[in-house]
Amino acid sequence: MGTEPVIELLDVRKVYEMGAVRVEALRGVSLRIEQGEYVAIMGPSGSGKSTLMHILGCLDVPTGGTYHLAGEDVSTMDDVELAEVRNRRIGFVFQQFNLLPSLSALRNVELPLSYAAVDRATRHRRAREALGRVGLAERLDHRPGELSGGQQQRVAVARAVATDPALILADEPTGNLDSTATADVLALFDELHQAGRTVVLITHEAEVAARAARVVRIRDGAIVDDRTAAVAS
Amino acid sequence: MTWADVLRNGWDAIRNHKLRSALTSLGILIGIAAVVLTVGLGQGAQKQVADRLSALGGNLLIVSPGSSTTSGVRGGFGSASTLTTADADAISSKEAAPDVAGVAPVLQSNDQSLVNGSTNWTTTVVGTTPSWLSVRGRQLSSGRFLTAADAKDAAAVTVLASDTARELFGPLNPVGQSVTINDVPYEVVGVLTSAGSDSTTNLDDQAIVPLSTASQRIVGGTSRTAVQTIYVKASSPSRLGAAYQETDAVLAYRHGITSSSAADFSITTQQSVISTTSSVNSTLTNLLIGVAALSLIVGGIGVMNIMLVSVKERTREIGLRKALGGTPAIIRRQFLCEASMLGLTGGLLGVATGVAGAITLPHFLSEPVTLSVPWICIAIAVAIAIGIGFGVYPAARAARLSPIDALRSE
Repeated sequence: MGTEPVIELLDVRKVYEMGAVRVEALRGVSLRIEQGEYVAIMGPSGSGKSTLMHILGCLDVPTGGTYHLAGEDVSTMDDVELAEVRNRRIGFVFQQFNLLPSLSALRNVELPLSYAAVDRATRHRRAREALGRVGLAERLDHRPGELSGGQQQRVAVARAVATDPALILADEPTGNLDSTATADVLALFDELHQAGRTVVLITHEAEVAARAARVVRIRDGAIVDDRTAAVAS
Repeated sequence: MTWADVLRNGWDAIRNHKLRSALTSLGILIGIAAVVLTVGLGQGAQKQVADRLSALGGNLLIVSPGSSTTSGVRGGFGSASTLTTADADAISSKEAAPDVAGVAPVLQSNDQSLVNGSTNWTTTVVGTTPSWLSVRGRQLSSGRFLTAADAKDAAAVTVLASDTARELFGPLNPVGQSVTINDVPYEVVGVLTSAGSDSTTNLDDQAIVPLSTASQRIVGGTSRTAVQTIYVKASSPSRLGAAYQETDAVLAYRHGITSSSAADFSITTQQSVISTTSSVNSTLTNLLIGVAALSLIVGGIGVMNIMLVSVKERTREIGLRKALGGTPAIIRRQFLCEASMLGLTGGLLGVATGVAGAITLPHFLSEPVTLSVPWICIAIAVAIAIGIGFGVYPAARAARLSPIDALRSE
């Protein structure tokens, strides 16, 4: 990665055509996020924040403009290439946790590693380490249903970091958590940030965004504000 | 993602829905069990016929008067009298027919009334030579068979087949007793063991008398040397073809026949009887297999149904797997693997059920069931193929899902 920015969006546009209706979800977004930054993207619903998150997460491609993720142009990739980029470069944390209920915490964390064709022994080791880092070393064999919401989200964070991605992309990660668990998970993001990871957090809660060093506000498909706080966290 | 991972995922998914998977497999199970059983029954019946016929002389040729060709006009009258005892003697010559092990000319009369005191039984009286016993591959349960002396003297002796003996004498041993045929008393000298029936006649209901006795006292007619059928036994089943040609040559020479279309006799083999029987059996087997195949298709539709439900239900899981790096190919493979595992499970259980049925069924039905390993392997392969075949569409749907929409679904 070197000195390359992790994220470089240039005039990214996204247009949805639904029959005769044409919705412009993103109207020329340019954004540059350097390695090691902790960025919160804020915006009300309908602002294009989800669309931006999908494009940042390589779940969707822009209809205009370019997107370089860790130096790679992902705006022209097909489904298969995008799947591989997601696997290698991005660690997702979702609002709904999105853990597979039938699998143990360990196997949930192993999931992205299995798609990366990492051999079993290495997979086990890395998943254990990741769970250890989020403080769940004792809960490896628990299924999501046997864990609290906060613990589940910590498993999800472990899953996101297990592949050692360039970008950790969290979509409303505290939206389903009570205040204790929220503080818990946000502390975890702080730790990741301090460990030098690039974290992009999408939220509509100001107190969550306040933890980030840089807050990007989006409205009507465009960035309206982008400021870096003098002091982080 | 390695194949081991894909298999593990598939197995997990099946285990997570035990009841549903079991019911889906049940559809395949029934179809496969039906295939295994019907094929087993068909092959069992075929084997039974083949065994029975080979016990009666699998290397047997049957020479009958009249040509087997039906075209043209067969000249002359009384085609039934073209074979004689002299023909039979000629065929038994070691020089002319080295591959012939035995010859038994037969003159028979149906619907003869046999009387033992007040008991009376209508059966077929067969006049033949002592070699009949070995040529037809029969055995005696008591007494003796006809001898050369009996033939020479046109003796009034008879050997009864098992059913005939029972009808006339009940449980008593008839050897030494006497039965009356055409008002002439015959001494029963032996009883044959049971041989079952071939495709047309009950082999256990006949009375055997010397050929000379039959021609003089029972059948009558103008010619004392005419016979109806000559049974020729080849020295081994592999020499049947050679024996056929030798018999054909001897008779053609003796009857002065130069072209095969002019032949006044025909030679058939037991093999042709077997193939007729087999073809009847295989028609039935094919019909049953058709029914089984139909039930397999229904089972396959069940697999497809469940896989579609599963894809719908697990939309979110699919979205997550895609977000985490699952390519469409891997997702497709996972669902195909699940479907084929449902098929395989049904197939294995179906084979187990079929085998269990094949073991228990003969106790209730007097039908033998033959299990054939190649058919079992085919059945399992078919079960997997059905799983895959009916899994293609659901798997393609899963692979096509967009990760965003899939993740968004509740």
